Amino acid sequence: MKRTFFSTPYIVWMIIFIVVPMLFIFYSAFIQDGHFTTEFVNQALETPLYISVLIRSIVVALIATALCLLIGYPVAYILSNMKKSTAAILSMFFILPMWMNFLLRTYAWQVILADNGVLNMLLTTLGFAKGSFMYTQGAVLLVTVYNFLPFMILPIYTILSKIDRSHIEAAHDLGANSANTFFKVVLPLSVPGVVSGITMVFIPAITTFAISRLIGGKKYPLYGDLIEDKIVASGNLGLGSVLSIILLVLVIISIVVMHKMEAEQGNEEGGTLW
Amino acid sequence: MKKLSAFLKHSYLGLVLLFMYAPIFILILFSFTDSRTMSKWQGWSFGAYEKLFAERAVWVAVQNSITIAIIAAVVATIMGTFAAIGIHSMKKRNRMLVENVTQLPMVNPDLVTGISFMLLFTAIGFTSGYLRMLIAHITFNLPYVIFSVMPRLRQSSNRLYEAAMDLGCTPMIALTKVVIPDIMPGIISGFILAFTLSIDDFVISWFAADGVPNISIYVYSIARRGIPSHINALSALMFVVVATLLVIVNLRSIKQEKEAEVQARKLRSK
Repeated sequence: MKRTFFSTPYIVWMIIFIVVPMLFIFYSAFIQDGHFTTEFVNQALETPLYISVLIRSIVVALIATALCLLIGYPVAYILSNMKKSTAAILSMFFILPMWMNFLLRTYAWQVILADNGVLNMLLTTLGFAKGSFMYTQGAVLLVTVYNFLPFMILPIYTILSKIDRSHIEAAHDLGANSANTFFKVVLPLSVPGVVSGITMVFIPAITTFAISRLIGGKKYPLYGDLIEDKIVASGNLGLGSVLSIILLVLVIISIVVMHKMEAEQGNEEGGTLW
Repeated sequence: MKKLSAFLKHSYLGLVLLFMYAPIFILILFSFTDSRTMSKWQGWSFGAYEKLFAERAVWVAVQNSITIAIIAAVVATIMGTFAAIGIHSMKKRNRMLVENVTQLPMVNPDLVTGISFMLLFTAIGFTSGYLRMLIAHITFNLPYVIFSVMPRLRQSSNRLYEAAMDLGCTPMIALTKVVIPDIMPGIISGFILAFTLSIDDFVISWFAADGVPNISIYVYSIARRGIPSHINALSALMFVVVATLLVIVNLRSIKQEKEAEVQARKLRSK
């Protein structure tokens, strides 16, 4: 018996449950009543509302990713410079929330931000006026950053703690000050971690629908909400499929761009090294 | 100067930790007071927990989540391990093709994967929500198992398998007695990964399961309508369970690393 036969059950499973379902998305996007149609594509690309939701999703995901990087990089950097045993325990606490159900993490913010929630209780006790925090763009951004921050910290911390200390010592010995060492040595070496952090935050952020629905309500839908609404609530499978394909294309483009960035960084390094 | 910078660094870490944990602790605190609104502290009470244990729908969802996570992880681990062994011995072209298709569910947004399942199940008229969710979970677990096992296979030598066959093993016995013990760490980490992914899943289940709830779906459908106190209690319980498990697992692996380090140092000094 050939060893490749061991994978036969999986190959069959893979074709039925990975390949065929994807074909179904393309089928329902382009075929209506047995005929090829571009009606759904036109609808998706020509309805101003859908375009504005798409742009809003990209903007929200970009801002959330930037904020995660801004908050997360210093955390990873400080951790990586600590004593090994301290860093191991502390980093665990930064990564732990990653393993908790994101709906519960989102729900915790609902309890805080709701009109009759904890934040308003604090405000009124301290003598301030009640505010309205739920169903705002800012709240959606806040909870997105909250949910995805550990996914930025983990890969950057992993790569930073693997950097060979002798590179940094060499930079110091050759007369570079701390800032120079950081920007010329540490930062370039940490690019792979930053790239995977950005990927791990940007892609879930741009495809999310539960966070924006629970925190942003119906006022600020993201592209994921739009797709969910078309598929589940309106049962418009054709349009929903086209929107899904657009989202998929967007994700693939961002993955390709990320890979390019990483590769270019690698080349540059090689260049300056010689 | 040095002290000041250390102080600033520690305060920064403290602030970020506060941001990460404050919502969780507030939620746990407010699970011990029973009121419809959280605009005023109403005094200590276990009312939320009593409500939680009386609510049947919660326990149906918990049961679904746990049974599906276990079954899906077991099936995916067995099928995935055999798949990895098979793929490993394929010719390069076929191997690349299968590996690329296997990566698809990892690259594909959950939303799109979920919708693709929904379209498939609707088209073939498969209506059992529980089985739909189970099949979806097995499918998205498989790539993670396969890619946990593959690196182990690459490290282990093909000769072992051949030697076992030369010594008179049938392929099946060579596999179970020689190859599988050798790649066991990869299989175990694949299983753990599959279980955690499955128990945490929301998006794919939401589309695939057609109304059958797991914990995530239950929380989502309740949270859309408000913030009832028994969800505070459920969240608090789950946070405590997950946190305890993870702290135990992590502390153990940190301890093991330390022991390994000590061992290595001893060896070096000899």
